Amino acid sequence: MTVTDPGPAAVQAPGRTAELASRLARTLGADRVLTDPAQLRTYECDGLASFRVQPGVVVLAGSRSDVVETVRLCAELGVPFVARGSGTGLSGGAMPVAEGVLIVLSRLRAILSVDPDNARIVVEPGVINLWVTREATPHAQAYAPDPSSQQVCSIGGNLAENAGGAHCLKYGFTVNHVMGAEVVLPDGDVVHLGGTAPEHPGYDLLGAFVGSEGTLGVATKITLRVVQVPESVQTMLVGFRTVEDAAGAVSDIIAAGILPAAIEMMDALAIEAAEAAVKCGYPAGAVAVLVIELDGPQAEVDAQFAQVEGLVAARSAFETRIAQDAGERALMWKGRKSAFAAVGRISPAYMVQDGVIPRTQIGEVLGEIGRLADEAGMRVANVFHAGDGNLHPLILFDDAVPGSSHQAEELGFAILQLCIDKGGSITGEHGVGVEKKSKMSEQFTDGDLDTMQLVRCAFDPDGLANPGKLFPTPRLCGERPGPRTAADDAVRTATYGEVF
Amino acid sequence: MTTLTAARQGTAADAVGGVVPSVVAMPGSVDEVASVLRSAREQGHAVVPVGGRTKTGWAAPPARCDVALDLTGLSRVVEHTAGDLVVVAEAGVRLEALQEQLAGAGQMLALDPPEPGATLGGIVSANASGPRRLRYGTVRDLLIGVTVVLADGSVAHSGGKVVKNVAGYDLGKLYTGAHGTLGVVVQTTWRLHPLAPARGAVVVPVPDRAQAGRLAQLVSRSTLTPSAVELAWGSGQGQLVVLFESIPESVEAQSEAALALLGGGDRVEQVPGWFGRRPGGADDLVLRLAYEPFALPAVLEALGDAQVTASTGTGVAYAALPAQAGAAALPGLRAALAPYDGSAVVLHAPEAVRAGLDHWGPVGDAFPLMQRVKDRFDPERRLSPGRLLGGL
Repeated sequence: MTVTDPGPAAVQAPGRTAELASRLARTLGADRVLTDPAQLRTYECDGLASFRVQPGVVVLAGSRSDVVETVRLCAELGVPFVARGSGTGLSGGAMPVAEGVLIVLSRLRAILSVDPDNARIVVEPGVINLWVTREATPHAQAYAPDPSSQQVCSIGGNLAENAGGAHCLKYGFTVNHVMGAEVVLPDGDVVHLGGTAPEHPGYDLLGAFVGSEGTLGVATKITLRVVQVPESVQTMLVGFRTVEDAAGAVSDIIAAGILPAAIEMMDALAIEAAEAAVKCGYPAGAVAVLVIELDGPQAEVDAQFAQVEGLVAARSAFETRIAQDAGERALMWKGRKSAFAAVGRISPAYMVQDGVIPRTQIGEVLGEIGRLADEAGMRVANVFHAGDGNLHPLILFDDAVPGSSHQAEELGFAILQLCIDKGGSITGEHGVGVEKKSKMSEQFTDGDLDTMQLVRCAFDPDGLANPGKLFPTPRLCGERPGPRTAADDAVRTATYGEVF
Repeated sequence: MTTLTAARQGTAADAVGGVVPSVVAMPGSVDEVASVLRSAREQGHAVVPVGGRTKTGWAAPPARCDVALDLTGLSRVVEHTAGDLVVVAEAGVRLEALQEQLAGAGQMLALDPPEPGATLGGIVSANASGPRRLRYGTVRDLLIGVTVVLADGSVAHSGGKVVKNVAGYDLGKLYTGAHGTLGVVVQTTWRLHPLAPARGAVVVPVPDRAQAGRLAQLVSRSTLTPSAVELAWGSGQGQLVVLFESIPESVEAQSEAALALLGGGDRVEQVPGWFGRRPGGADDLVLRLAYEPFALPAVLEALGDAQVTASTGTGVAYAALPAQAGAAALPGLRAALAPYDGSAVVLHAPEAVRAGLDHWGPVGDAFPLMQRVKDRFDPERRLSPGRLLGGL
């Protein structure tokens, strides 16, 4: 499926894009500005390859001032822009806008400062997630958010999507680890949100910016918080005969007052795929496995790890393996972290979803996902962050069969609807992007979305920053939502007014 | 739907920042809050939400206060799903009452602001936090969903009821610390934590500023996982408390490790009385400071003779100074904190020094953007006008 969605603010006159390209080439240098269709094609999608749009211009930003110049020119000419890091996003957040500008930030990859005393690291947006931990390691510190793509994904992209990862159960998400950001606003102005101190007077605009999926501006410098490496880390791999037992074990661990660093779950099909791809040696015959990791002070980890062993045994775990060293731990994680790619080897194509449910409902929801899949006549592999109820159903299909991708998309949406019905969310870490924007109206009321739009309009009144993403229906900033119903007017008479 | 909201004439006891409201409205439901705000829009009235009234003296006084919106009638704990470690509660619920209910399930909301009697709405709006922010974070880390009533009386939600959720803008963070200037927080949803089975602390005397910084840093850079590291400081010396909350064997092992690391001190069952409280009395100027945590010695130096409690691991401190001298010293103090990205916000100022006092201090280059946010949410400037910096 290829969707060409130019977005609401698509340029009406392509001539402006041509003017913009030539002016950018003069200002930034021709080598930083791509307009050759063959070169542009490289950038037509991000990690959500089923959505493709060829941009009008690609700017390979080499400095903050390149970003400022580009955004300022876009504002002047009314041309939309989209920022892109490593392009690993899974919701189409970095999909270009037709005739718009794609600002590629992957050349901005300097580590600007490492301050172990204050536990801060300042980076440019193109810096790769794992590099931050690499910088921190000599100081016994680490950057906690660890999306599965951490070897390639960029911090700027992490910031835009509020990226998660396996260890956010205990450590929180990107937003909990970003202290400050230098942001180029959609009018080209540069502002500093947050900083190196823990608090700042005024609105927490940084909190609103993180996870805004590129719709509020472009971060050009990011201050991250790092954490001390724990004294002890212990990891176990547990095999179960039923999904219900595995899900029950997750609830039991949480109910026991234990907060593991991670609890990850894979079902039979995901295990089969991972086994075929990376020979991770997961327990043979397991219908579900859990990877459980505890970290912290030695005494705490030792005692709680033993307690977890008892809890999984009580849920009929048939095999419990404990990593004896870092190598064995890495192998346990390898199966989990390579699961998405592994599924790609047992199916011609697959689609990944990212729903969230209350964590006590995992067993029930997995059962319902199985029923939905059977009804659709499709296979679904489940790989997910069980500790916080973040599902990643992988819907397998054969893209050579006409209509199959549409069918997979329908099944994915049915699963998301299930998550909403359970009081959950349509995305836990991948973002809404272009893929799920239509589902936003299922999770939020028009009033809720109008309120988010107020923030959008404060940052970007002309709607030039990553238009056509996140919001289900574009709205112009001039349109102030008035009283919504006639009933509203009737109500105005009643109230405190009588004391006057 | 037509609802009649209880209301009465405002009195001096209802004042917010010294400004007496004409009317105190006492809604009992979200619908009633909405209807009060619709009436206020109709009549052009300024509305200032209040809860436990523990922080009505904080921040700058409102420029106008026609209606004080007393939210203590919104006092329902709507839903506590213990298995999911999530609670939904209305804004007027007092933190102590909530903690008591959660404790029954062995859980807690990991917030410990130093103002007894505070309501959830007030804690969110003032971004109040306490010593344990070191381990659990602050409101922005724990609030997973919020419902507000906007200036036009419409009701809007953001976030949800699950701990992991990136759908849409996270407006809960925007309302946190906004002092009621963007909307009225009416319902909150929180991520909870299990209550620790054991608790213990190590107390160490601190002879001078340099040692305060050195000891604080030793703990920060260790593998210990204290819930709080708090310094009480005054007259050139202090006391450091390292609090552990975990299973008994870990509290034991970590306490012993802390004694060894810090080169002495005492193990105590109960933390000292000053722990988790703000210094200062009604006659003092009380400040809340934030700065890069490693700057602690420099911050203590800049504070001179002030009484201080500092959360050393995070870089947040409260300071109490004699009112006149403190007000005079404030610009210099802010300048001294600037190299450490520091700020000093006035929480409490006696009447005598309030005139002309800059409650918030310098504003960064994002201020025009903050004004644009305010303009979108409250174009008529009727929600707690002037409470936040720069007249927001």
